Amino acid sequence: MMNMRTPYKIITGLGSNKEGTMHFWYQRLTALANVPLSLFMLWFIFSLRGATRADFIETLSSPIITSLLVLAVISFTWHMRLGLQAVIEDYVSSEIHKVIFVTLNNFFCVGLAIISIISILKLAFGG
Amino acid sequence: MVELSLPKNSRPTKGKVWPKSDAKNLRELQIYRYNPDNSDNPSIDTYYVDIDDCGPMVLDALLWIKDNIDATLTLRRSCREGICGSCSMNIDGLNSLACTKGIDEIKGVIKIYPLPHLPVVKDLVPDLSNFYAQHRSIEPWLKTKTPAPSSEWLQSYEDREKLDGLYECILCACCSTSCPSYWWNGDRYLGPAVLLQAYRWLMDSRDEATGERLDNLEDPFRLYRCHTIMNCTNTCPKGLNPAEAIAEIKKLMVERRV
Repeated sequence: MMNMRTPYKIITGLGSNKEGTMHFWYQRLTALANVPLSLFMLWFIFSLRGATRADFIETLSSPIITSLLVLAVISFTWHMRLGLQAVIEDYVSSEIHKVIFVTLNNFFCVGLAIISIISILKLAFGG
Repeated sequence: MVELSLPKNSRPTKGKVWPKSDAKNLRELQIYRYNPDNSDNPSIDTYYVDIDDCGPMVLDALLWIKDNIDATLTLRRSCREGICGSCSMNIDGLNSLACTKGIDEIKGVIKIYPLPHLPVVKDLVPDLSNFYAQHRSIEPWLKTKTPAPSSEWLQSYEDREKLDGLYECILCACCSTSCPSYWWNGDRYLGPAVLLQAYRWLMDSRDEATGERLDNLEDPFRLYRCHTIMNCTNTCPKGLNPAEAIAEIKKLMVERRV
């Protein structure tokens, strides 16, 4: 079918949606937060090498450790959600597929965050 | 969806090898040919240019071919000194202006294609309609609410200096067509050339539509498809830095939000 629309009509589309800055900004903020939180995670994993389950739960139940772990989960999954969304928007041009993939991405990242946080809290509050 | 290979009818085939002359100093050029008047696939034709009889630039070689071998070779050119931006094309794998690219800068066979990822009108002439419409969409002219003064709008020396590195853009589209984000989303992402122009007007101390301009740009596709790949800055034949201009626009966006 011949497309008789003008180039200006095509490129202006539905107009600017006045959004995107907070996505960009939170991606940077979570990236920044991920640096110390990743170092903390590495320290946490290596410091518990060879530990028993009781040692592990004792370390985990310290409020600071629990908080840092929950923060790490929030920051990692948030960053992952933003990053994957950018990848989907870059590479999937079909509108319906884009909506489906972005929705699945949201469900997946939020689900992963909830499961991880509940698991941490469950262990922290007595295993 | 991302297209990792060209559609079947756009894949170039091996084209004609045009006869060599008896000249001593020959350079081989392989040039993309496409004729919309027949249904053939594009082809890569081979030409041999007598360097001793030809000017020093790639554009000279192309015009030498038109004059001496094949008058049907189609390309845009006008000023032959890097100011009109007409002869932008992909030379030796990098988007550049044929008129400012020296033949001696390229080793071996000189391969010339039209600017990447645009519809081809004929041979080395791409269709830039969307690119020009995008430039139009950022309203590249002075916008003011204050009634115009009786003489010119004044600008301090310092404010004028802020436009250096921006106003020199000749809209040759080398940067935009080198950008993968522009390849995948060229209908929605404005691309580096147009965003550099947008920043030129955001930075103009005389312009009173800064907020309106930022509103128009604030969009996940129009602006935020830029992932600082830097191909734009790498390829700009005028030595400008569109990636920096885009980063500055993002900074303005954050500044008014955070």
